Amino acid sequence: MDKPGVSQTAPIVEVQSLTRRFGGITAVDRLSFDVARGAIFGLLGTNGAGKSTTIKMLTTLLPPTSGSARIAGFDIADEPQEVRRHIGYVAQMLSADGELTGYENLLISAKLYGIPKSLRSERIAGALEFMELGDQADRLVGQYSGGMIRRLEIAQAMLHHPEMLFLDEPTVGLDPAAKMAVWERIRVLRQEYGTTVLMTTHDMNEADQLCDFVAFMHMGRLVAMGRPAELKRQLGPDADLDEVFIHYTGTSIASERGDYQDVRRTRRTAQRLE
Amino acid sequence: MSAEPAARRSALSSRAAEFILQTTAVAEADIRKLRHDPAELFTRMIQPALWLLIFGQVLARTRAVPTGTMGYLDFIAPGILAQSVLFVSIFYGISLIWERDLGIVHKFLVSPASRVSLIVGRGLSSGVRASSQALVIYFLAYFLGVKLRLDPGCVVGVFVTVWLGSAIFSTFSLIVACIVKTRERFMGIGQVLTMPLFFASNAIYPLAMMPPWLKTISTMNPLSYQVDALRALMIENSVSSFGFATDFSVQAVFLVIVIAIATRIFPTIVR
Repeated sequence: MDKPGVSQTAPIVEVQSLTRRFGGITAVDRLSFDVARGAIFGLLGTNGAGKSTTIKMLTTLLPPTSGSARIAGFDIADEPQEVRRHIGYVAQMLSADGELTGYENLLISAKLYGIPKSLRSERIAGALEFMELGDQADRLVGQYSGGMIRRLEIAQAMLHHPEMLFLDEPTVGLDPAAKMAVWERIRVLRQEYGTTVLMTTHDMNEADQLCDFVAFMHMGRLVAMGRPAELKRQLGPDADLDEVFIHYTGTSIASERGDYQDVRRTRRTAQRLE
Repeated sequence: MSAEPAARRSALSSRAAEFILQTTAVAEADIRKLRHDPAELFTRMIQPALWLLIFGQVLARTRAVPTGTMGYLDFIAPGILAQSVLFVSIFYGISLIWERDLGIVHKFLVSPASRVSLIVGRGLSSGVRASSQALVIYFLAYFLGVKLRLDPGCVVGVFVTVWLGSAIFSTFSLIVACIVKTRERFMGIGQVLTMPLFFASNAIYPLAMMPPWLKTISTMNPLSYQVDALRALMIENSVSSFGFATDFSVQAVFLVIVIAIATRIFPTIVR
């Protein structure tokens, strides 16, 4: 059995036939994939494709209907507590508390993660510094910009130096400059701490720029997986990732147009998943 | 072999230390928010003041409620305190729905903090809000000439009782929030719950006055035990009618039950 630290080459995330149904709707359908240690792995798909449901299962927020997954060697269903100790998670919504200061947000997290008092202030200062928020620590988060909040949330999620970081749509709603800042921090995080990152996005450019591997989800299923460059090459010399996505799913992720039926279905699904 | 129990004991004590750290962290988040914006504490003081100053004063003049040798204001002051603790606590769950919509609850649930500590921490912090109610009641009651027991032991006892009641009703409120899941439904249910809990208790009239069916319901209502303990601790020459042992064990049992249910149901709020 792979326990953390025993074998650095074993995948840090192992997902096998992971399935989640809500009533009659199958939100995630027999999903299987591995994520190598130190990789930045992108899960791509339109709204309602099952990305967020997958992340919720992998972060132990939602029990799977069937199938299994191991994170850092621990089973999400049998050892959720151990999984939680080894991961950091930034939710799609803004999870930093606007009524607290940046420092206070991190302080509460440090305590929840049981970081001993002797290490706490050093870790908090380090995380704030790393996310370039050192001078904003004592301001209420309610006054932060969207990009600052995202960086604070990532700081919050990395306080306990997790091996594995889950980011659900980390740059959605950010302006281009803020987006680049978040990308850059994610890259440095991987470089300095060797953190593995699993992120969802529906920004093809983001996936192309940032991710070592991408997996496309469509209607709960995994339809393609590989390095962005390989996937593009298979399709043609000038293909971009959006064309690859259309090739595998039959819909464009960028436009998100779809017909009325389509929108109605995804909206309803999204509602159910809340 | 002899090392084993010692190792187990130290593992247990470090688990206990972690539990306390996580529980107080949950409460601390809430208390720090109150410190940044204490307006809520003051607006919440208005309702109990109105009940005591208007309802209490007027009813005291009618002399319609048989409260024995005790004046009606003396009788009702602890009842109003229990009532405002109930009102503050029963809507506590709405903040959980709010935080769920924002994504804050997710952050707590993916942390390794035990689910029990997340629940107990919230109960603890709701006690802080409720304590502000005790302060205002003491203050007003003193100026209205209510015969208060002001020795420190009794005052501490009142605050402990307020904390206990607030933990029961706020945890109950969390359960309701996890079941109904939306703010609109929660507001409706909250209204439906508070009034029966309030009227089917000994808060503003004694149990002895009630028709038998209501009396039966009242003796199953944790608020009655809350009021009974508060009255005996707060007012001169009053005695607990159920007895302190009963008052506190009934409340403790309610607290354990709601914590157990809330701990199980809490993770479903984000599903």
